[in-house]
Amino acid sequence: MSSGIEAQVLQPYKYGFVTDIESETVAPGLSEDVIRLISQKKGEPGWMVEWRLKAYRNWQKMPEPHWANVQYGPVDYQAISYYAAPKQRPKLDSLDQVDPKLLETFEKLGIPIEERKRLAGVAVDAVFDSVSVATTFREELKKHGVIFCAISEAIREYPDLVRQYLGSVVPYNDNFFAALNSAVFTDGSFVYVPKGVRCPMELSTYFRINAESTGQFERTLIVADAGSHVSYLEGCSAPVRDANQLHAAVVELVALDHATIKYSTIQNWYPGDEEGRGGIYNFVTKRGACRGRGSKISWTQVETGSAITWKYPGCILQGDDSIGEFYSVAVTNHRQQADTGTKMIHMGKNTRSTIVSKGISAGRGQNTYRGLVKILKGAEQARNYSQCDSMLIGDKCGAHTFPYIDVRNSTAIMEHEASTSKIGEDQIFYAKQRGLSAEDAVSMIVNGFCKEVFKELPMEFAVEAQRLLGISLEGSVG
Amino acid sequence: MTGKGKRETGNVLLEVRDLHATVEGREILRGIDLTVRTGEVHAIMGPNGSGKSTLAQVLAGHPAYAVTAGQVLYEGKDLLAMAPEARAREGVFLAFQYPVAIRGITNAYFLRSAVNAIRKHRGEEELGPVEFMDELEEKLKAIGWDSSYLTRPVNDGFSGGEKKRNEILQLAVLDPRLAILDETDSGLDIDALKTVAHTVDKLRRPDNATVLVTHYYRILTHIRPDFVHVLADGRIVKSGGKELALELEEKGYDWLREAAPVT
Repeated sequence: MSSGIEAQVLQPYKYGFVTDIESETVAPGLSEDVIRLISQKKGEPGWMVEWRLKAYRNWQKMPEPHWANVQYGPVDYQAISYYAAPKQRPKLDSLDQVDPKLLETFEKLGIPIEERKRLAGVAVDAVFDSVSVATTFREELKKHGVIFCAISEAIREYPDLVRQYLGSVVPYNDNFFAALNSAVFTDGSFVYVPKGVRCPMELSTYFRINAESTGQFERTLIVADAGSHVSYLEGCSAPVRDANQLHAAVVELVALDHATIKYSTIQNWYPGDEEGRGGIYNFVTKRGACRGRGSKISWTQVETGSAITWKYPGCILQGDDSIGEFYSVAVTNHRQQADTGTKMIHMGKNTRSTIVSKGISAGRGQNTYRGLVKILKGAEQARNYSQCDSMLIGDKCGAHTFPYIDVRNSTAIMEHEASTSKIGEDQIFYAKQRGLSAEDAVSMIVNGFCKEVFKELPMEFAVEAQRLLGISLEGSVG
Repeated sequence: MTGKGKRETGNVLLEVRDLHATVEGREILRGIDLTVRTGEVHAIMGPNGSGKSTLAQVLAGHPAYAVTAGQVLYEGKDLLAMAPEARAREGVFLAFQYPVAIRGITNAYFLRSAVNAIRKHRGEEELGPVEFMDELEEKLKAIGWDSSYLTRPVNDGFSGGEKKRNEILQLAVLDPRLAILDETDSGLDIDALKTVAHTVDKLRRPDNATVLVTHYYRILTHIRPDFVHVLADGRIVKSGGKELALELEEKGYDWLREAAPVT
């Protein structure tokens, strides 16, 4: 295998710049006082502080989990700063007051938030370190009754909604990182789509870590009321730094009767350098509850960044006839490690789930698929289809698959397919013999491998995803 | 070497001189000499393991083979110094004995990428999907396919015969100057063989040439070769006109192998 082929997938990280902006950072360390300070900065009501403190007290008693197939040195939770915000806090409805440096930053990242440059049909919430700096198209969305704002704002403006659903899918004591997030989360997005409304545009949040030695702990909550439909996109990046940075997010989705939520992620946190120095530890809890009859939650993720990824977006299929989907492409290069997959918990009758996972390992990357499909007693006629494919590029990387299946109802139908392939010299030669360059040949092969997942992404993101993998646009004729 | 078959009128397209090649340290080609002129069809025959496919792969530049001696000139240029993709762009096409599958990439997209890589190399404008489809229709018909094959992934789930036809479709679309067909006839039923042979035959022009690697006489009744060469133990041991193929069909290869010179 020529190193040229590997180099093709190992694209240099293009988002590693630092924005020189004065920020207000809370001194490193975590205590009840720090949590109260964060809460106070956010102007939160008392119940929120209490919830955070409950989470913190639980977290203190919890051990850091180490069952994942990843290796890293101890994390010093007292060395992390839990709050960083650009000074000169903008007023939310006026972009005139947003620091031009911030606008410039997001523009450089391809996320224009200035009015005249906005992407048509995509509303964006831009989160910089610990705060949301701007949310576009809010008024337009409001006309349809759709609430799309920073979660810190939602806690103040829509406390009843937030209180009803926050922690209802991922409880504050769910796991070590979720508990930490519950204690210290700073910002993130809140979406509420009312009954019967089809959200008129794609909603999107872009997360940017900028400050050094900080962690990012965002929290996203999306509630789709009965018969509604929403598609949400999430993107992220961070500067190149030698030290590891922690990102521990929680995403909760709630779909009521016949509601549909489509959640897409392009995760491109800084992955560290070739020797494995620096990079983001991406320890994330994402879960959706299909609470209503015939509801549907679909996760699509393209994971190319982070030094370590620990992430299992799952679906709890409570409502009868509800549907859960998970489509994933995870790429590990250099010394990146990913342990990712999904959990599908079937509770209701006739619930269905689909899992399509594509792992690509190059360099010394280690890629693990870990998935749980659980069919509970009452889940009559539940069905699951799982497909896990791994592709190896070079001979120093690894691919691992850990499927867990737990079936407690004999009417369930389960299918599991798995494959491992190597980008072969013969494949490359075949494409070259037709006149394609080695780079185009690899792009094509990798792109073809990921196609089933890419086709699930909204158009704008599909293009971004392919580009991220160093892939020229497939634009298939067929 | 010169064949008895036909007057040499075209320009020399390919000249192979004393070519030696190894795979994993084993010497497979032990001094091949071959001259191919435009307008000619050469058949390379010979028993299993004689080096036929190796010759095809070496000409196309497969990295698993190492050339240890000799020279290959293509249109007067040093072919062996060119990367495989450069050879392809300059008009050398290999129809693979075992075509490779590429999951998730449609035949149409793959073909268009190949056509555009070559067009770009020639300084021509690349073709968009629509223009390309127009051009494709007729070539599809020639091999007896409908457009459903275009939306299928490249060779993925194709039968052996379908893969071979797909190679010929690519050949027809890319229209190379030098086509090397590596046992394209193996695994084809009689009807498929006719279709494939007919397509190849129609592509014959005074400005291109074909090297046909085959085990069987059968395909040569459809594509009449100007020269037939017999390869044994990595050398061409006999060359002649198409009547040599018939002789081989009757007598087999053993009588030639015994006659092979010893070094």
